[in-house]
Amino acid sequence: MIALLMRDLRLAVRAGGGFGLGLAFFLIVVALVPFSVGPETALLARIAPGVLWLGALLACLLSLDRILALDWEDGSLDLLATAPIPLEGIVSVKALAHWITTALPLVIAAPVLGVLLSLPAQGYLWLIVSLLVGTPALSVIGTFGAALTVGIKRGGLLLSLLVLPLYVPVLIFGAEVARRGAEGQAVQVHLLLLGAITCGAMALLPFASAAVLRVNLR
Amino acid sequence: MELVVKELGVARGGVRVLEGLSFVLGAGQALILRGPNGSGKTTLLRVLAGLQPSVAGRISVSRDSVAYASHADGIKGQLSVAENLHFWARLHAERDITRALEAFDLRALQDRLAGALSAGQKRRLGLARLMVTGRPLWLLDEPTVSLDSEAVALFGAAIEAHLQRGGMAVIATHIDLGLTSARVLDVTPFRARRPVGDAFDEAFL
Repeated sequence: MIALLMRDLRLAVRAGGGFGLGLAFFLIVVALVPFSVGPETALLARIAPGVLWLGALLACLLSLDRILALDWEDGSLDLLATAPIPLEGIVSVKALAHWITTALPLVIAAPVLGVLLSLPAQGYLWLIVSLLVGTPALSVIGTFGAALTVGIKRGGLLLSLLVLPLYVPVLIFGAEVARRGAEGQAVQVHLLLLGAITCGAMALLPFASAAVLRVNLR
Repeated sequence: MELVVKELGVARGGVRVLEGLSFVLGAGQALILRGPNGSGKTTLLRVLAGLQPSVAGRISVSRDSVAYASHADGIKGQLSVAENLHFWARLHAERDITRALEAFDLRALQDRLAGALSAGQKRRLGLARLMVTGRPLWLLDEPTVSLDSEAVALFGAAIEAHLQRGGMAVIATHIDLGLTSARVLDVTPFRARRPVGDAFDEAFL
């Protein structure tokens, strides 16, 4: 499984791997917000948690169709399915690799971009915590969506439509934690709910993804 | 180690293509599948590999002893030849890739990016992958496509060596690989009589 993870990470950083795609999209979206809503600090500070979360979510969405489609196209997915690792393990590793290459850079970049949006000083900790807790769910749900649409030519649109509703709870609670943190309110309940979504998704969805993949590989 | 197939029926897209297929393959034996296009050779190999379910019959082989090679080689163009092989070797808990490199004459190419290989060289890399899986039963789907006569000879030798070590191979091919001990199975007589199987339509899934 480590071999698969290392291969996916190596592929992501090599030429054409799409490593910087999500990050660049995130930077562009957040950097353009002050231009579109105006430089008023109070307004920017209020919308900053929501904008950062929305940007991170859309950046994640952008790279989902690469998780399994590339392996499907060159036949690796068939070969991986006959490998000694169970498919559940394969989709989990794929989700982990997606998280490391896409979501983790977003989490690291988010506080820097928070400065651009004049996020209050007390909000940085909870912004990072909420992203760290919430983004694994985005990767796992996204892998499930990728497994559903694997083998469909130009399945990216369908993938987005399928996955977006599943992302909504993560966005609601994640952005709420970041907002409450920025305004100095208690975050515990929302953070726990966000954590529950992530844990539930990580525990259940790999089995669903593997089952769907088995049907799609036939 | 023995592969026993009994009264096997396979379907593609909800349509039965083969039925009543039975054969036994012992250690050190190879079976060559023949039949016109669309006769179900690929489907049969995918069923044997466990990638899709059979609609009837039994197969006496565990999925853990099968190495499958399809039309696509599963090669990553951004990785070098050696990196590609190392990945598959580690995935199957094997260490040594030199034997596979040598058997398919890839030594000189091992640091080249796989994306820069010619079609025949890629094919050789895809077949070398079989040797690092360490699995006894090789299922090969048209393995000689885009290979030149020299590479076909290398491939034939690799299969002979595999059989000598007690391995098995089921090969769908139209080319004579020079295998002395291989049996030939023509799948044409096993073509399904009833085109549609059960009331439950598999294609719907």
